[in-house]
Amino acid sequence: MTCPEPTAPATVAQIPPDARDVMSADDIARALRRIGHEIIERNKGASELVVLGIPTRGVALADRLAAAIGSVEGVEIPVGQLDVTLYRDDLRRQPTRPAGRSVIPEVGIDDRIVVLVDDVLYSGRTIRAALDALAELGRPRAVRLAVLVDRGHRELPIRADHVGKNLPTARNERVHVRVTEVDGEDVVRISGGDRR
Amino acid sequence: MNRHLISSADLTRHDVESILTTAESMHDVQRREVKKVPTLRGRTVINFFFEDSTRTRSSFEIAGKWMSADTINLSAKGSSASKGESLRDTALTVDAMAVDALVIRHNASGAARQVSEWVRCSVINAGDGTHEHPTQALLDAYTLRSRMGDLDGKHVAIVGDLTHSRVFRSNIITLHTLGAHVTVVAPPTLMPAGVREWSESDGFATSWDLDAVVDGDAPVDAMMMLRVQRERMTGGYFPTPREYTVGYGLTGERLARLVARNPDVLVMHPGPMNRGLEIAAEVADAPQSVVLDQVSAGVAVRMAVLYHLLAGETAESVEPVTQGAQA
Amino acid sequence: MSGLLITGARVLGRDAADLLIEDGRIVEVGRIAPSPGVVVIDADGLVALPGLVDLHTHLREPGREDAETIASGSGAAAAGGFTAIFAMANTDPVTDTAEAAERVRDLGRTCGLVDVVPVGAVTMGLRGERLAELGLMARSRAGVRVFSDDGRCVADGRIMRRALEYIKPFGGVVSQHAQDPRLADSSACCHEGEISGRLGLPGWPGVAEEAIVARDVMLARYTGSRVHVAHVSTAGTVEVIRWAKARGIAVTAEVTPHHLALTTDLLVGYDPVYKVNPPLRPQEDVEALRDALVDGTIDAVATDHAPHARHDKDHTFVDAAFGMLGLETALPVVSDLLVRTDRLGWADVARIMSANPARIGGLPGQGRPLVAGEPANLTLVDPDRPVTVDAAASRSRSRNNPWHGRTFTGAVHTTIHRGRVTHRIDSTAHATEAEYAQ
Repeated sequence: MTCPEPTAPATVAQIPPDARDVMSADDIARALRRIGHEIIERNKGASELVVLGIPTRGVALADRLAAAIGSVEGVEIPVGQLDVTLYRDDLRRQPTRPAGRSVIPEVGIDDRIVVLVDDVLYSGRTIRAALDALAELGRPRAVRLAVLVDRGHRELPIRADHVGKNLPTARNERVHVRVTEVDGEDVVRISGGDRR
Repeated sequence: MNRHLISSADLTRHDVESILTTAESMHDVQRREVKKVPTLRGRTVINFFFEDSTRTRSSFEIAGKWMSADTINLSAKGSSASKGESLRDTALTVDAMAVDALVIRHNASGAARQVSEWVRCSVINAGDGTHEHPTQALLDAYTLRSRMGDLDGKHVAIVGDLTHSRVFRSNIITLHTLGAHVTVVAPPTLMPAGVREWSESDGFATSWDLDAVVDGDAPVDAMMMLRVQRERMTGGYFPTPREYTVGYGLTGERLARLVARNPDVLVMHPGPMNRGLEIAAEVADAPQSVVLDQVSAGVAVRMAVLYHLLAGETAESVEPVTQGAQA
Repeated sequence: MSGLLITGARVLGRDAADLLIEDGRIVEVGRIAPSPGVVVIDADGLVALPGLVDLHTHLREPGREDAETIASGSGAAAAGGFTAIFAMANTDPVTDTAEAAERVRDLGRTCGLVDVVPVGAVTMGLRGERLAELGLMARSRAGVRVFSDDGRCVADGRIMRRALEYIKPFGGVVSQHAQDPRLADSSACCHEGEISGRLGLPGWPGVAEEAIVARDVMLARYTGSRVHVAHVSTAGTVEVIRWAKARGIAVTAEVTPHHLALTTDLLVGYDPVYKVNPPLRPQEDVEALRDALVDGTIDAVATDHAPHARHDKDHTFVDAAFGMLGLETALPVVSDLLVRTDRLGWADVARIMSANPARIGGLPGQGRPLVAGEPANLTLVDPDRPVTVDAAASRSRSRNNPWHGRTFTGAVHTTIHRGRVTHRIDSTAHATEAEYAQ
């Protein structure tokens, strides 16, 4: 039995030299601030919020988003992470990776408003897995989705409530989200495709 | 990619660490109200037990069920040769049912290895004779890691009937893989043949003297006591149970000396225990004992093994993945 | 009249000569011009040996004809260069009566490919309790001289002593399967050592053989009778035999090709094809056995050819049957291992694979020098020809062949039994069993 050697998560793998920046560190910070404001406005405050990041980069973004909301509202927002590996429907198409752990804040998720945070929204399958995982952990009053980038090409009827940037892409392009906590820098790049 | 888990030697350090990491996640599942994940939906796992073992079988069965696999238990007792079906025919019959994994327990050493060469499905060794029991070694490593963290440089003593112990044979490999130092202790009659050459090439220590290990220069971090089978007592391996306990039992007095050297020492036993023989009753129930942790880790570790063998890409399911794992 | 002329063969590997065979005898050796009607075999570059004799063959007839018959085993023997084989007694029923022995001998005659010489059981039903009808077997048409409970040890010292005493008047010999059943019981299947420890297989310690051999040579000395040690497998046994021979004790010994070549580490994959009794031993023992064969401490190579149906081997290692094929590969293994390495010459091969086993087993018409007047039992060997073993191509009915895929240099080219060609290397048409059965 062999497990694949640890590699950096898929989105960092080698970024080709032809990649171009589509969001700078400032853009990312502004987007998160704006999403924070939207969430507060939409939910009339932050008292019932629980923010859960989806590994790997969603966790860092969730921490920042929770901090942004907290600083506006002057309260500490419960934040955690939700590992969806065991719920994915595409495991057979990839080398096996160790399943990660979910960290749910002590307040739990029952009757709370859960904000799921991920870096890129694409087919929607990760979010489908996240909803399944969430259902077995409790019963939130509502679930919202916040993503840094929505690149389109949904395969399921899922949409984000809060989007940092809508980024029209071709299917053969790759979106690389890099965050300081994981990659040492904040940037969003795009590579590949059929550009001439 | 190797589809089977036959020997602990099949696993690199990275493999073991991946499985134990996944097992932590599985342990979380086990603690929830809804103890089920859909990961192995549509997969079939057969628990094929040629030898009775309620604990190991139920542990694999629960593991499979909580992963949403269809699990089926088959038992075939009295598999003596000459009469009845050959092992190969039995294995091919089961394989023909298009199962995904065969968890096999057999009273003959090497059975899992042989079966793995005949079938298309994954084979998991759930104990073969006096050879190996790799998932036991994984759950022992999981238990140790959850109590003491990294096992690098830790000192583990394995005490008892080494000759007939598959738990010993798998543990010696996995503990070594994780960087622990191991001392094995037994009377000469219960030391495996050739243990001198074996210990030299595989880097473990041997001793006939339990007290010398308890009081030795290297404080013991964990004592793993092995079960003494009743039939060994009549086999002339040692004179009487009383004499065995005096020489090789983990008594309360020996535990006190271990604790004096190392307050964090752990006591392990793969079960079922002979209280009063290899382990004193008060030791089995002492705060240092992690015997029940071992049982509880069994399910999580077996879920992790099933996950790593079955969840990933399979020959027929591999398709080009164009866009990576983006949401 | 018709005859067979072998031209240019190097007799025992020495000078080339022609051999003329008529009416089952060698009638002339030298330079011979072919006369009309004589069949000529061009043996240029080939070595002529007296026909090989195997002291230790298991045919499974009667009882397990699905694994081997006297006919199929005879075919394998002829292909291996043998002109006589001793058929062990552990059939079902056991060869423990004169009638059973005569039946084996007669079936062998009918096939006519080799002399099939029955070995008689030492004890009734191989049970180790009561002597079999040793004298009646000796007096029978089969003329049994070798007695063995092979597969089991004559463990009871008193029974062994009585057997040795009883067979003295008719010049018999007990071929002992040396295995103390208390030190190595029926589950013992792996040389006891590091490998058995790692694999968790029941150990078969060398001392279980050595203790019996030590006892038996003392019994041979005490009774003044002959004992033969079957399939010697350890360096310790070699020491005991060397000690006994130095004191003039009437002990002889055989070693199998597999114990000369294969080692216990082959067992790590638990492949039952390597399960044999006594078990494969470590390299030190293998070296000691080769040395003992070269220096004469061990008298003979014997195959312990032990065919088994596939369904008796496809079990767990502990449950699978003991034994491996050996008739067709013995000469190539010995050639490759000992002749190509200059440890033995072809005259030595004639001694250890023909003359000595014939003498030990009391066969007057076998293992004779290749001179005029002697029976025409001979084997032509192509010493430079590589042989790659293919289990599927065996003339045995069984396929438990540990040599499959290995290549040896030295091939049996032609076998001649009682003046008749029983094997030719390039003949595509093997005689069928139907032919033998006539």
